[in-house]
Amino acid sequence: MNNDTKVKMRVQSPESRVTNFEEVSYGYNDEEALKEASRCLHCANPRCVKGCPVNIQIPEFIKAIKENNIKEAYEIISLSSSLPAVCGRVCPQEKQCEKMCIKGFKSDAIAIGSLERYVADRAIKDNLTSVSKKESNGKKVAVVGSGPSGLSCAYELAKEGFQVTIYEVLHKAGGVLTYGIPEFRLPKRIVENEVNKLKELGVEIKTDVPVGNAITIDELKKEYDAIFLGTGAGLPKFMNIPGEDANGVFSANEILTRINLMNAYKEDSKTPIKKAKVAYVIGGGNVAMDAVRSLKRLGIETHLMYRRSEEELPARKEEVEHAKEEQIIFNLLTNPVEILTDDNNNVIGMNVVDMELGEAGEDGRRSVSEKEESLHKVDCDMVVMALGTSPNHEALKYSDIKLDDRGLIVVEESKTSLENVYAGGDIVTGAATVILAMEAGKKAAHEIIEKI
Amino acid sequence: MYKILKNEQLNENSFEMELEAPLVVNKAMPGQFVILMAKEDSERIPLTIYDYDQEKGILSVIYQVVGASTKELSKTNDELFSVTGPLGNPNEICANIDEFKNKKIVYVAGGVGIAPVYPQVKYLKEKGIDVDVIYGARSKELLLIQDKIEDVSKNVMYATDDGSFGTKGFVTTILEENIKKYDICVAIGPVIMMKNVCDLTKKYNLKTIVSMNPIMVDGSGMCGACRCEVEGKTKFACIHGPEFDGHKVNFEKALKRLNTYKEEEQEKMKQMEANHE
Repeated sequence: MNNDTKVKMRVQSPESRVTNFEEVSYGYNDEEALKEASRCLHCANPRCVKGCPVNIQIPEFIKAIKENNIKEAYEIISLSSSLPAVCGRVCPQEKQCEKMCIKGFKSDAIAIGSLERYVADRAIKDNLTSVSKKESNGKKVAVVGSGPSGLSCAYELAKEGFQVTIYEVLHKAGGVLTYGIPEFRLPKRIVENEVNKLKELGVEIKTDVPVGNAITIDELKKEYDAIFLGTGAGLPKFMNIPGEDANGVFSANEILTRINLMNAYKEDSKTPIKKAKVAYVIGGGNVAMDAVRSLKRLGIETHLMYRRSEEELPARKEEVEHAKEEQIIFNLLTNPVEILTDDNNNVIGMNVVDMELGEAGEDGRRSVSEKEESLHKVDCDMVVMALGTSPNHEALKYSDIKLDDRGLIVVEESKTSLENVYAGGDIVTGAATVILAMEAGKKAAHEIIEKI
Repeated sequence: MYKILKNEQLNENSFEMELEAPLVVNKAMPGQFVILMAKEDSERIPLTIYDYDQEKGILSVIYQVVGASTKELSKTNDELFSVTGPLGNPNEICANIDEFKNKKIVYVAGGVGIAPVYPQVKYLKEKGIDVDVIYGARSKELLLIQDKIEDVSKNVMYATDDGSFGTKGFVTTILEENIKKYDICVAIGPVIMMKNVCDLTKKYNLKTIVSMNPIMVDGSGMCGACRCEVEGKTKFACIHGPEFDGHKVNFEKALKRLNTYKEEEQEKMKQMEANHE
């Protein structure tokens, strides 16, 4: 093997994987991991660590892999990250650690994400524990939301001896890891394992509780020394085009929730999913990819429609590649303007227009505009909107927490306008990634540790 | 897990379930709803709260067996896997008593819609406000909880389609005769009934609150399945509602959206029957 080329991860063949919901990538075996780890140069001033939002000591854990000391590798990662098995799978490494890797300038960057996943999976398999817990300090913290930011905040606090209670409105913990990211990309057993790890640390998880309605933030403040709000991204956006309320138009959140949280992909599931023939998913982010690839696995002809070009697709690169291999049809530089329906308000197609790219704007993204006289029709019976989300304030009900003009919680570091109430993740930044939410949860935890 | 205290058949296909759910009822208000799951792999079923006892921590719901999931619910007798609530917003009148205490209020209930109407009427009575109730069903056997509703309202007027009890005709027949007496109306029942009531009250400019019961998954704003058009804008029944100004709701669309999973539902029922469940 050429030292310039990374060890490719073995994957389920595209033909086979579109017929099931099992994980696409198999992960490295011991030999592959060792080979890939040997490529690392162990830079004196490792740039990759700076590229990691939670600053995992990457060269050190890779060194431990080389020495076949997986326990140590796992301990090193766990010092910085509470969800390595998750991050190894869903982080956009090519935009973070791997982008900074010095090897990447002349050849393939080290496959840091794959190595992280290897260590985390071995830890699960070998039943390794990494965490020592400090003695209880008698302080109580409530964490609202059990997604990545809440889990990571709870983890940091529990390690320090805080008594942590997580409140979750759904019947299962994990937030977007549970309802959003599909099984074939992040098996639910991995998420359950991470959640169980927290329980072993003494964290209590209360599901079925709509904070805001069942108990307000003010009431939580009376019971707890501090509160962390990690309530997530929120309400799905729609395009506000005619026909959007037709039967057969869904948010990506609904499709993914039915499939992931409610298991609608299983034959015997009690929760239905629309049996469509041709579906268009509108959008270009990870959620769009997850939705379109999930629908493909249900035997539906699936299209991804995105108004910019492939280069601008915000999704993780690997997901785009996998989607292409799975014969998802990409309708790029195209945008719907109207959803067409029959007399019963069922979707029968869309009017769409072609788009063209202009100059890059201040944010570095190229502008996009409608091509004249490009209106045409496509046939379909399902349209799925994956256009992002706007903040959900249900948990903040009856509190006077300060919000900005986009409806996001205003924070100073992680502190909100309410005393002893902290926040982080998508409810502060708007929709972002799992790892950024984790970083925010961790940061808030350390502020709480210092302050409380 | 939530202990079932009672799961009793009220008539042909309506059931009353009583549950131990202290955190759910602790702050519940009339107009809000809950989501129930019979088992871990069950569907999430949204139901408007029927009754609650905050001291004892008991929640009651009335539901109709209309598909595979409600059928499963009717056969569950020990405990439920999940009960989430209260969800949505309290009824506008109950939440703003002072504003409405001198108004003449009429509640219009259709079929199983009497269940969500009951806690509102009861709450208002406890606050010293007497309201009229117009209650309609297809026939006498389908009228529910008559004793209970008569306990909390001095003036309950009945309508049945076949004339087997009360006025022969629809709730709108009675409402139209008395409409000038009222300052505000609350109508809860099948979408078509709420639409008919609103068509009538619009003519008389009588403010009407309705409670929407669309398809829902999470009930917390995340999925958008429950969206309905109110005043030309998309609203989520779960967090913006479930009650809306009935004169602003697009009922035509709401009616059609209810059919989204019709085929899938029918298939599930057939499967269930084939398996003798």
